[in-house]
Amino acid sequence: MSTTQQLQDFVTQVRRDILRQVHQVNSGHPGGSLGCAEFFSVLYQEVMDYSTDFDMDGKNEDIFFLSNGHISPVFYSVLARSGFFPVEELRTFRKINSRLQGHPTTHEGLPGIRIASGSLGQGLSVAIGAALTKKQNDDEHLIYTLHGDGELQEGQNWEAILYAGSNGLDNIIATIDYNKKQIDGATDDVLPLGNLKAKFEAFDWKVLELKEGNDLEAIKAKLEEAKNLTGQNQPIVIIMETEMGNGVDYMMGTHAWHGKAPNDEQLESALAQNPETLGDY
Amino acid sequence: MKTYTNSGNIDTRSGFGAGLAELGKTNPDVLALCADLTGSLKMDEFKKNHPDRFFQIGIAEANMIGIAAGMTIGGKIPFTGTFANFSTGRVYDQIRQSVAYSGKNVKICASHAGLTLGEDGATHQILEDLGLMKMLPGMTVINTCDYNQTKAATIAIAEHDGPVYLRFGRPKVANFTPENQKFEIGKAVNLTEGNDVTIVATGHLVWEALEAAKILDEKGISAEVINIHTIKPLDEKAILKSVRKTKCVVTAEEHNFLGGLGESVARTLAQSEPTPQEFVATQDTFGESGTPAELMEKYGLNAENIVTKAEAAILRKV
Repeated sequence: MSTTQQLQDFVTQVRRDILRQVHQVNSGHPGGSLGCAEFFSVLYQEVMDYSTDFDMDGKNEDIFFLSNGHISPVFYSVLARSGFFPVEELRTFRKINSRLQGHPTTHEGLPGIRIASGSLGQGLSVAIGAALTKKQNDDEHLIYTLHGDGELQEGQNWEAILYAGSNGLDNIIATIDYNKKQIDGATDDVLPLGNLKAKFEAFDWKVLELKEGNDLEAIKAKLEEAKNLTGQNQPIVIIMETEMGNGVDYMMGTHAWHGKAPNDEQLESALAQNPETLGDY
Repeated sequence: MKTYTNSGNIDTRSGFGAGLAELGKTNPDVLALCADLTGSLKMDEFKKNHPDRFFQIGIAEANMIGIAAGMTIGGKIPFTGTFANFSTGRVYDQIRQSVAYSGKNVKICASHAGLTLGEDGATHQILEDLGLMKMLPGMTVINTCDYNQTKAATIAIAEHDGPVYLRFGRPKVANFTPENQKFEIGKAVNLTEGNDVTIVATGHLVWEALEAAKILDEKGISAEVINIHTIKPLDEKAILKSVRKTKCVVTAEEHNFLGGLGESVARTLAQSEPTPQEFVATQDTFGESGTPAELMEKYGLNAENIVTKAEAAILRKV
């Protein structure tokens, strides 16, 4: 268990990793990655029970699936700094012959990744399958997922949401990164999601709302609350409000940094706002 | 010429159902998923005997493929069942990303493939699925010819570690391969020996090829019939060995001539043994409503057309 300061230091270093990864190759998705840095840090440092001696089957451990694979920089940073692979390997992000592909994949054998994601809307179905297998195996560990809010525009999600709700699948905790932004602009301008809470409830999910999705204590408390609600014949979703680009002043309050890397000057400013804590790779 | 006896017409999908029922008893890791077509896929027996291992997904094929991919994480072997059209074209990206690229041990089992679905018409008659599936890296693609072979293939693919597309059909057709013959993925089965023309057939066209061989035999033409149940990986060695002897080939499949078995054979020949080839396949067209027999005749997927093409191929020999 980390102290709050240790966890904050972890998050700060993760932010630096995200920024440095995308800057180095002038590509990738910093906005959503920064918005979920706290969530990933709490999940992997505080909440999930897992082994870094990676095994694809993940028996007797909690499993996480990232459905919105484009926020790979935060996933890679947290996996590396949680011990799944050497932190130095973050240098290879999006480069030729790397295990750190633009979007996460099992294909190159990167420890910590159990499914390819990137083409949106597929992660919840996969998570349901893994949750069903946990039940088959009498494995009481849980399945965690993360999805973009814009990603919910993909129809497959609603097939999966219906299935999990109708079947009372109660070993899954899905989280929606509710930053209300997508590539073309505000989600409300592109295709409004409407009342997301009511929609999930209509599909028989237990809905938890997290207004402070960039607050470490609030995230931890909400995930613990969700854990306590498992095993009650209902899937659980956390609608987590986050700030895209969190921790870098000029990246916040806009969708502009969804899929754009900072230039040298911008990187310097962003890193100055997030001083090195655990050591850069 | 070696001849084969039809032990009684029966549908290949029932072979799948029988194979799955047997796997239910012998392999506790096998799970079955269906998208509201349990009866059509003949999955009832598995469902009845193993209700805890059968998953009714509803009419949501994309979700079904994703769930199947996830089920492999933890060591299960999921078999999905629906019509070939909804098993492939409808869910191509789900198969591509969550199954093939992710290297998941999912068995995609597809009935009602091709024209012989019959009266439902072209919306349901996929003639492009072999092409779609064989283009996916790492995907094994199988199209079985009769009940016995479909049953054997169903059992065999559970032992194969990796994604598989297993294609079979709706109509009652001749059952002629030996009962309990071991199914070897990627290994062609030579059905008749011949010197004048090689006929490489898959699925429902294998029996038609044997019928064609009989007619050709009466005309004094000796045909070597090869049952290619595995389109990918293709048994190139068996095909090359035969055409080096016969010097010409006919490919026969219930599929578009673009992207199917014929093109896989053509590529093999172009690289290793350029040989005159004729194609028995649909000609870049959709199907239509009709009885299976009427459709196979109208689109030239029968013994008669195989004979015509065999004679044409022989005339093209250098």
